[in-house]
Amino acid sequence: MWVQLEVFLQTLISGVLLGGLYALIGLGMTLILGVMKIINLTHGQLMMVAMYVAYWLFTLFHIDPYVSLLIAPPLLFLLGMFLQKTLINPVLRVESILPHNQVILTVGIGMVLQNMATIFFTSDYKSTPVDYATDAWYLSDYWKDAPFELSLSYPWTVSFLLAVGITTALWFFLAKTDTGKSIRATAQDRDAAALMGVNVGLMRVITFGLGSALVAAAGCLFIPIYYLFPALGSQFTLIAFVITILGGLGSTMGAILGGLILGIFESMTATYVGMGWAPVGRFAIFVAALVFLPGGVASLLKRKAVTK
Amino acid sequence: MKRSAPLIVLAGMAALPFLGLSSYVMHLLILVIMWSVSGMAWNLLGGYTGQVSFGHAAFFGLGAYCAGLASFHLNISAWYGFPLSIPFVAATALVMGLIVLRLRGPYFVLATLALGEIMRITAENLTDLTQGNLGIMIQRTWVEKTGYYYVILAVAALTFWVVKLLAESRWGYYFVAIREDQDAAESLGINTTLYKTVALTVSAVITGFSGAFYMNYMGYIDPQVVFSLGDISILTIMVVMVGGVATYWGPVVGAVIMVLLAEVIRSLPYVGTAYQTLFGVLLIVIIIYLPNGLVGDRQTLARLFKKKGAAV
Repeated sequence: MWVQLEVFLQTLISGVLLGGLYALIGLGMTLILGVMKIINLTHGQLMMVAMYVAYWLFTLFHIDPYVSLLIAPPLLFLLGMFLQKTLINPVLRVESILPHNQVILTVGIGMVLQNMATIFFTSDYKSTPVDYATDAWYLSDYWKDAPFELSLSYPWTVSFLLAVGITTALWFFLAKTDTGKSIRATAQDRDAAALMGVNVGLMRVITFGLGSALVAAAGCLFIPIYYLFPALGSQFTLIAFVITILGGLGSTMGAILGGLILGIFESMTATYVGMGWAPVGRFAIFVAALVFLPGGVASLLKRKAVTK
Repeated sequence: MKRSAPLIVLAGMAALPFLGLSSYVMHLLILVIMWSVSGMAWNLLGGYTGQVSFGHAAFFGLGAYCAGLASFHLNISAWYGFPLSIPFVAATALVMGLIVLRLRGPYFVLATLALGEIMRITAENLTDLTQGNLGIMIQRTWVEKTGYYYVILAVAALTFWVVKLLAESRWGYYFVAIREDQDAAESLGINTTLYKTVALTVSAVITGFSGAFYMNYMGYIDPQVVFSLGDISILTIMVVMVGGVATYWGPVVGAVIMVLLAEVIRSLPYVGTAYQTLFGVLLIVIIIYLPNGLVGDRQTLARLFKKKGAAV
């Protein structure tokens, strides 16, 4: 019985830790989707680019991945702004038969990024051998007679805490600063915001940059605990939009909850059904959310707020 | 003249093997026709009905696995994959339709993408049935390419005819009405769910044929290949986007360009496997400058060349 409890709790812990990082990935996408109604299917590829930046900073200059949090996100902020300004904005103005040209465009951008990475860095798996990678805190160190053993991986926990910090910072930015308020106004009603003197075009560019910077931060947090290879991007693009849909489009709180739910659900599937099935669980929960809870977790929160 | 153009092209294509083409050229022709079939099928749903699917690899892979498993488990010819795939693919399309067709716009795009990926991962994990990532290998029927060429040419002719028939019928107008404004179509009494389901099912079954042919022709499949998001779903979309959305010849033109481009780039030194970079660039350029594809925007193209001619 203790063993079963131990397995369950350990799975839960890793699920929550993973979920915190997922939430950060989902936040960037939900911001872009909420403000611009743009599905950014190159989200994970941007994260992959950030991870290569962090990887090379580590390999060449021995800069700790956590320190590259100060370098990679600003770079990706610029890249995101550039993509939005030069490629996505023109397409939004083009008249075409298909309404979803923009989605296909982001797929094209993703393909370019992924294959450029393959050309330059080959498709080998890379990792940053930080010396704390396998360190962990053990329950028995603090509680001698514990009936079961739990461990808390050091890099996972640091990454999780940093993710929480970044999320809080983002919340302050959106809630308190003028730029943040303008972004939220653009998300709510673009025309009204424009009439109130908000530079909607600029907000779009900033939002895309911000979304890219957030996912870049997630990339820096992932690299001490994950392998890096060019095709990793598409996998995380899918994860990002599953979280976004699960949370409810454009909802910040929803993205956080969505990330946590997905993280826990995936850990549980991996432990109790089988490693290979975790992605199936991911998509099953996604399709279920689309069908049964089209507004995502955010709609539940709102409903509760109204009845209160 | 214009009406008989498809027949003339078909006759020309049927005569090609008599020219004694090399086996490599035949291989390219077969690939072009196979991608045309997939493209025409996708176009029915994406181009005419406006429902952009990122999950057509699900049907392609299912068709391929129907053929492969028939040969592997039942010891019958893989050619039975064509009739066998119809009920399986149609049933999958109906179930998928139940889930995705009530969704609109971006939600639809994302849901099809997810369902396609679910099919891939399921195929990878059901190792007892599909052998997982080991894949399935079958005995090919012919050594020569000519037989395969005529089979896929027949499938393509049939597909072209079905798409034309549907697009020019009353149903075709319903499809376009749904694409242009679903609410307006509904308010005029068009049963949008029914017509979207029809478009999805027909599109899926034809894509399944393409997959069944792939199994027969290649002799080997695995889930990573036939259920691939990048190599099947997105390439199918690219064939249509590059060629021309909602046109008869668009997918054919797109398939010619994509297959030839892939071959040329693959043969270049250094680029090798990363040929998709140029695909991506091509896709971006097409979407920005010719959003309706080479055939769809041929007037823009013509104007471009005229201007250049005048300047010289």
